[in-house]
Amino acid sequence: MVQFSADLDRVFAALADPTRRGILERLTMSDASVSDLADGFGITLTGIKKHIAVLERSGLVATAKRGRVRRCTLGPRRLEDEAAWIARYRRRWEARFNELDSVIEELQAREHRHPSPQRPRSRKNV
Amino acid sequence: MSSETTTERVSDVELVVTRRFDAPARIVFEAWRRPELFQRWWTPKSFGITVISCELDVRTGGSYRLVLSHPAAPEPMTFFGRYLEVTPPSRIVWTNEEEPNGPVTTVTLEEQDGKTRLTLSERYPTKEALDESLAAGASGAGAAPEQFNQLDQVLQDLP
Repeated sequence: MVQFSADLDRVFAALADPTRRGILERLTMSDASVSDLADGFGITLTGIKKHIAVLERSGLVATAKRGRVRRCTLGPRRLEDEAAWIARYRRRWEARFNELDSVIEELQAREHRHPSPQRPRSRKNV
Repeated sequence: MSSETTTERVSDVELVVTRRFDAPARIVFEAWRRPELFQRWWTPKSFGITVISCELDVRTGGSYRLVLSHPAAPEPMTFFGRYLEVTPPSRIVWTNEEEPNGPVTTVTLEEQDGKTRLTLSERYPTKEALDESLAAGASGAGAAPEQFNQLDQVLQDLP
C-alpha cells in the first residue's frame, strides 16, 4: 500500500504534535488566519507557520491567501473515506474470489473424474 | 499458501488486487473465459445482483457486455468494453468503457507448483479519475452517475 501508507505516514507525523492537534481542533470550529492561530497558541508567527506547513503537506489543512492575510481551513484529506473505500473494494474482491474458489474446485473435480492426459485442455465433458 | 486477498493503491493512478488459488493457471483462466462460469463468481449471491445477460468474447480484440440489476439501482447497469490482450492462460487486459475515464484492467496469472497467483491491476487514465471514482464510492453520494459508481453504491453496504 505504497501510496496510501505514505499518505498515512504524513498524517500520523502531522498528528504527533500537540500544537498541531490543537490547530486542527481549532479549525473544526471555524477557519482562522495564521496570526489568529499564532496568538491563540501563544507561539511565534514563524513557529505556527512551520506547523501549518506540516499540516498542509498531510492534506489535513488547506490555506489560501486573501489579500494580505493567509486563512487556514480544514483540508481535503478524507482519510476515513479513502480507508473505507479501500476496505470495501477489498471485501468486494474477496467475495468474488471466494466464489471463484468454488468454481475452480468444481472444474478440478470434473477434470479428475474425466482425466484426459493426452489432451489436457479438452473440455468436452464440462 | 495464503489465499488472502490484498488490495493496494500502488500509485496515483493504479489499484492492485492479489490472491492465490489452489489450482493451475489454465483452470483459473477457464473461470474467467467462460461466461457461464464467470457470472457465477463475478456476482456472488451476497451482492444481491441479478445477471440479466453476460456476453464475453475473451480473445484479443473481442468485446464483452454485462447487464446486471440490483434492487438499489433504478435501471439495469450495463458494463462493457474490449479485450485489448488475451494470452491464455496467463493474461487478460480489458477496457471499462461504461464510464468516460474508466480504468484498463489487467489480470495476470502466474503458476507455480500447480498453484496460481492472480494479480489484478486497475489503471486509470489520470489521478483525478481514480480519486473521483474513490470519492464517489466512498461518500456514496452519487456525485457521478456512471455505472461503475452505481455498482460501488449498490455494493457498499456489504458486510
